Amino acid sequence: MEQPNHSYIDQLSAGNKAFKEKLISVIKEEFPEEKAIYLKNISAKNYKEAAENVHKIKHKISILGLEKSYEVARAFENNLKEEKTNLKDEFENILHVISEYLLTM
Amino acid sequence: MNCIIIDDETTARVIMNQLCSQVDDITILEEFPNAIQAIKYLNQNEVDLIFLDIHMPDFTGFDFIQTLKNPPKIILTTSDPNFAIEAFEYDCIVDYLVKPIHFARFEKAIQKARNATITNESPSTQSTPDQEATSDNHLYINIDRRLIKLEIPSIYLIEAKGDYINVKTEDKNYTVHSTLKKIEDKLPKDLFLKVHRSYVINVKKIIDIEDNSVLIKKDVVPVSRSNRPELMKRLNLL
Repeated sequence: MEQPNHSYIDQLSAGNKAFKEKLISVIKEEFPEEKAIYLKNISAKNYKEAAENVHKIKHKISILGLEKSYEVARAFENNLKEEKTNLKDEFENILHVISEYLLTM
Repeated sequence: MNCIIIDDETTARVIMNQLCSQVDDITILEEFPNAIQAIKYLNQNEVDLIFLDIHMPDFTGFDFIQTLKNPPKIILTTSDPNFAIEAFEYDCIVDYLVKPIHFARFEKAIQKARNATITNESPSTQSTPDQEATSDNHLYINIDRRLIKLEIPSIYLIEAKGDYINVKTEDKNYTVHSTLKKIEDKLPKDLFLKVHRSYVINVKKIIDIEDNSVLIKKDVVPVSRSNRPELMKRLNLL
């Protein structure tokens, strides 16, 4: 399983420690909220809304350097727009990996 | 360049602020989590450049652009590369950044914004209310801080009520804080006519005319003597 990394955040911070801390703190606050909304929508079969949630989460996936996972999220978002849920388990696995990683940050 | 950021994602706004802080001639004046707050700000303030997210709930970046009469330069920011073609149909859009945004690419976009000159006289960017209304065929009204899109042909009657107007459409009626003059200026002249100081009607929706009134749907609307000749001119009389 692909693992998250700091590479983009470090590059963006350009040595600015305060910014790096702020960004990490915002991601740690925003990601669980976005994940919770997604889980609520997918369990209620609100696929259109869930696709919007995946779209938003995609940005966090890319910030954490998860390139392959980003492609999975993109395909899953498109599937949801057609009310198809294949790739759901794979996507939710990515969410789990990110949640675990954020605990270590 | 004085800029604002519009993005519903806090993380994206934090990143955009950081990118802008590394460029000398960029000043972030404000940031907004939704387009409606930004529209209100732009009604009273001028900016040179907007960093605009496309995917936002209720009101997308493209919806937002369509509300602007003289849009400043806009750099779109999105996680979705699929909108690139649509984006360049707008003259005000100078670049399109796909998230996650890297500084080198951001710098290029800023350079494009510096180089871009938006000619407000250009017919494609400046729209008179009429052009705006007829080309888009819709109108946004502000109800309880939400901008609601109305299809212009569905409007059949607008009635002035003090500081408000009552906009009646095929589906629903809306009470809007505005004036008859303002909405009249936004509507196509070939379709709408002021028949009385308190009423504008859609002439295509007239059912019948009797003496000094017209029947539209179930509404009987008075026609003033001075407006009657123009109304008669519009009708396809046998």
